[in-house]
Amino acid sequence: MTNPAGLDAALALSRFGLGAREGSIALISQNPRGALKDEVTGRVLLTPVGPELRQTSDLLVELFAFLKERKAQRDRQAAVAPATSPAQPPAMLLGSTQQNPSLPNSPQRVFLAEVDARFNGTIREPVIGIGERLAMFWANHFAVAVGKGPGVRILAGAFEREAIRPHVFGRFEDMLLAVETHPAMLFFLDNQQSVGPESKASGHGKRGLNENLAREIMELHTLGVDGGYTQRDVTSLSRIITGWTVVGAEGRLGAPGTFAFNRAAHEPGPQTLLGISYPDDGVGQGRAALRDLAHHPATARHIAFKLARHFISDAPPSDLVASLATTYTKTRGDLSAVYQTLIGTETAWSPTLVKIRSPLEYLVALLRGSGERPKPSAIMAALNAMGQPLWNPSGPNGFADTVDAWASSEGLATRIDVASLVANQTPGRTDPRRFATETLGSLLSPDTQDAISRAETKAQAVSIAFLSPEFQRR
Amino acid sequence: MTYRLASPSRRGLLGGAGALFAWNFMPRFAHAAGGRDPRFVVIILRGALDGLTAVPPIGDPSYRELRQSIALTMDGPHPALKLDGLFALDPSMPNFARLYHANQAAVVHACATAYRDRSHFDGQDVLESGYPVPGHVESGWLNRLLLTLPKGEKVPTGAATSSGALAVGANAPLVIRGKAAVLGWAPATLKPADGELPQRLLDLYAHTDPLFSRLLTEGIATGKIASGMDVKARGGPGDPNGMEQMATGAARLMAQPDGPRIAALAFDGWDTHAQELGRLSRLLTGLDNSFAAFERELGPAWKDTVIIAVTEFGRTARINGTQGTDHGTGTAMFLAGGAVRGGQVIADWPGLKQAQLRDGRDLAATTDMRAVIKGVAVDLLGGSPALLGRDVFPGSEAAAPMKGLIV
Repeated sequence: MTNPAGLDAALALSRFGLGAREGSIALISQNPRGALKDEVTGRVLLTPVGPELRQTSDLLVELFAFLKERKAQRDRQAAVAPATSPAQPPAMLLGSTQQNPSLPNSPQRVFLAEVDARFNGTIREPVIGIGERLAMFWANHFAVAVGKGPGVRILAGAFEREAIRPHVFGRFEDMLLAVETHPAMLFFLDNQQSVGPESKASGHGKRGLNENLAREIMELHTLGVDGGYTQRDVTSLSRIITGWTVVGAEGRLGAPGTFAFNRAAHEPGPQTLLGISYPDDGVGQGRAALRDLAHHPATARHIAFKLARHFISDAPPSDLVASLATTYTKTRGDLSAVYQTLIGTETAWSPTLVKIRSPLEYLVALLRGSGERPKPSAIMAALNAMGQPLWNPSGPNGFADTVDAWASSEGLATRIDVASLVANQTPGRTDPRRFATETLGSLLSPDTQDAISRAETKAQAVSIAFLSPEFQRR
Repeated sequence: MTYRLASPSRRGLLGGAGALFAWNFMPRFAHAAGGRDPRFVVIILRGALDGLTAVPPIGDPSYRELRQSIALTMDGPHPALKLDGLFALDPSMPNFARLYHANQAAVVHACATAYRDRSHFDGQDVLESGYPVPGHVESGWLNRLLLTLPKGEKVPTGAATSSGALAVGANAPLVIRGKAAVLGWAPATLKPADGELPQRLLDLYAHTDPLFSRLLTEGIATGKIASGMDVKARGGPGDPNGMEQMATGAARLMAQPDGPRIAALAFDGWDTHAQELGRLSRLLTGLDNSFAAFERELGPAWKDTVIIAVTEFGRTARINGTQGTDHGTGTAMFLAGGAVRGGQVIADWPGLKQAQLRDGRDLAATTDMRAVIKGVAVDLLGGSPALLGRDVFPGSEAAAPMKGLIV
C-alpha cells in the first residue's frame, strides 16, 4: 500500500515540512520519502543569524543595563513630580516591559530581530524543512512565555537557538539539560529564586523552595502528568535543583548573565527521586536526576505520544506510539532514530488530512507559498490575531496541539483576513491555477481547483487556494 | 487634507506593500495635445461587466427576449435612462446620464480586448498588460504609456505630492505596474478582504469539508465573518462606498497643481452569475458616484480629464438559470470627463439575433478597446501612434487610434 510519488511529495511538504514553494513538489517527487529521510539523517536545520542575535550572556548584560537606566529615569521623574507620579515598582528582571519612550526597548528589539531571522530567514531555505518544524515542536514542548517579563522576552530566541536547535536531531537528554540550565527557563519558572530550606542562603528559613520548575520538568518536560511521580518527588527534585540560577549584573557567581550553580542556595544532602537516591555532589546531583528522567519509560511514552499527536493525529494509533517509544528506549533517546521510525511507518503517509495547521504553521506555509517577506511586527500582528503569538503561550504547557484547539469560527475569521492580505499582496505575478498546483500538488481537489478557476480576481483565487481545506489541513 | 497611506493596521500587517507606496517624482507632461495639462484615469472593473445591463440596447428587438426577467425597460418603477434611439443606461447611473447629456460622457459598446476565452484572470491580464495574450504580468500598458510620453519640467524633490502616476487601492493594479515609478494611496478604511470570498468558500467547504463548513456557517451567522453583498459599508473595492472613497481620494490628489496626472483604480465584484439586477445596481451606483466624485473634486482640472472604465470581457447575451449571466465576449466601456467628446454611444452594433451572437451566445465584439484607449492617448496625452502600437499595446498596429473621442 503505497501512494503515488506526487502525493507523497505533497504530504512530505505539508505534514512534515514547512509547506511547498513553487517547484518544491517537483524537486522531491523522484523519491519523497527518501528526501524527507535525508533531511533527518543530514540534520538539515539552519541557525538563525543577525547582529541582534547574540548569546544569552551578552543579551542579559544589555538587559541589565537597560533596566538600570530605566530605573534611573523613573527615579528622576519621581523626584521631579513626586505628587502626581504614582510610585513605580523598582525595575526588576521580571517586572513590566512598559516602554519608556526615550529608551530603546532592548527586549522588544531583540525579540523582533529573532522573529525576522526565522520568518524571513530559516524557514525560507529548506526544501522540506522537517528540522524547522521540529524546532517549533520542541520550543513548544519546552515552552517559555515572553509575557513573563523582559528577561524571557529578550532571551526567548536565544533559548531556542542555544537549548533547542543544537539538539533537535540529537539526544533528548542533552536537550533537557540545556533547557533546564538555560537562564530563560530558570527565569520563566522562577528557579533562580528557589533556595534550599537548609542552605546557607535561606536565612534561617526566611527564603525557601519554589517548586515551579521541578514540577513542570516532570509533568510537562519528561514523564508526563500520568508519569507516576508524587508530590514527594516534586519536592525532592526542587531541592535537587536549588542553586541553579543566573549570574546577576554584579557577577558574584561568575560572568554576568550566565548559568551558575550557587552552592550557598543549594539544599545540602542526598535526595530520593522516584526511588533512586542522589548524593549531593553539587550541580551533578541535578544533572544525574535529569539524565535518569530522560531515560524513564514514562518519558519515552510521553515524547512518543506528543510527536505522534503532532504529526499524525490527535489520537494516534497506540501501536505507532509504542513503536516510537521502543525506538526511544532502545537508542537511549536518540531523537533522529525516533523521527525515522515515525516517517518510516505507513501510517505517517495516510492520504487523509486529519490535522489542521496551527496558526504558526499556517503563516509559515502562507509566506513560503507566496514568497512574501513581511516585517517582523506584521508577522507578530498576524500571529497574535490568529491566536498563537510566537513564544507566548498562556502557560508552561505551550500551545495546544489538537484540531479542536484551532478549529473555531473566530480562528477561521482571522485566517480569512490574513490569507486575503497575503493574497492581495501577490496578485498579478502568479497565475492562481498554477500557484495552486505548485503548492498543493496531488492534494488539490477538483472542487478547489474549480473554485479557484471560477474566482473573480487573482487575489480572490489565491485566497481560495490558501483557505482551501487541503491548505489548512495536513 | 486627510490622506493616509492605507490603514495602519492592514498596511502594518504586511510590510511588503511598502514597495508600492514609494513617492516618486515623475515629470509632468509637457505638451499634451491642445496645450492642456491633462488628467487620465483608468478604472478596471474586475469580474466582467455586463454591458447589456449597464447600457441596455433597449431598441434592439431581440433584447427583451434574451433577457426576459432581467431586461430593463423604459417604463415601470425603475425606468432605464435614455441615451439615444437604441441605447439606454441602467437607472443606477444618473450622474453618468447627466454628464452624457452635457456632452461630457460617452459609451463605447460591443467592444472587447484581444482576448477571446473566458477566464477572468487571463482576461484581466490581457486587459491590463496590453499584450494580446495572457501571461505578460511584469508591467501594464498604462505604465508603459507613461514611459513613452514627452516629459515636462521636473517637480522638485521633497514636494508633498508629485506628478506622475497614482495607484489607488491596497495593491497596485497590473495596468499601472512597471518601470515608471508609481505613487500608492488607499483610503484608511480600505480593506482588501472581499465580501464575496466567504460565500465562495462556503460553496467549496459544503462540497469538501464538513468541519470548515460548520465553522464558516457559524462565523457568518454570528457576524464574526462578514459576507455577502449586504455587508454594511465594508469600504472595499467591491463596495459602493469604498469605490467612492477611492475616487474621492484619487481626485483630491490629482487636483493639486503638482499632483499625479495619471491614476489607476480597480473596482471588484462584477461577476454577476446570479441575481444580476440587484447586484449590478449596487455596483453601478458605486461607479456612478465615483464619476461624480471625480467631477466634484477635480474642480477646474475636470475640463482636461478623461476617465475610462473598462472590464475584461462581457457576459452571455441570454439570461441564465439564476437571474444572471455567464462569461461572454463583447461589453461596454465608459468614458467620462470634461475632455471627452460626450453625448455619443459609439458602436458598430452587431445585433442580438441568434446568428449575430458570437458562438451563438455572446454579444459580438466589433470595436477593439485598444483602439479607444489609443485614441485617448494620442488626442489627450500626445502619445505617439507608433509607440502605442509597439510598446504600449504590442501587436496592436491594426487597431488604429480612434478619432473623435476628445474635445
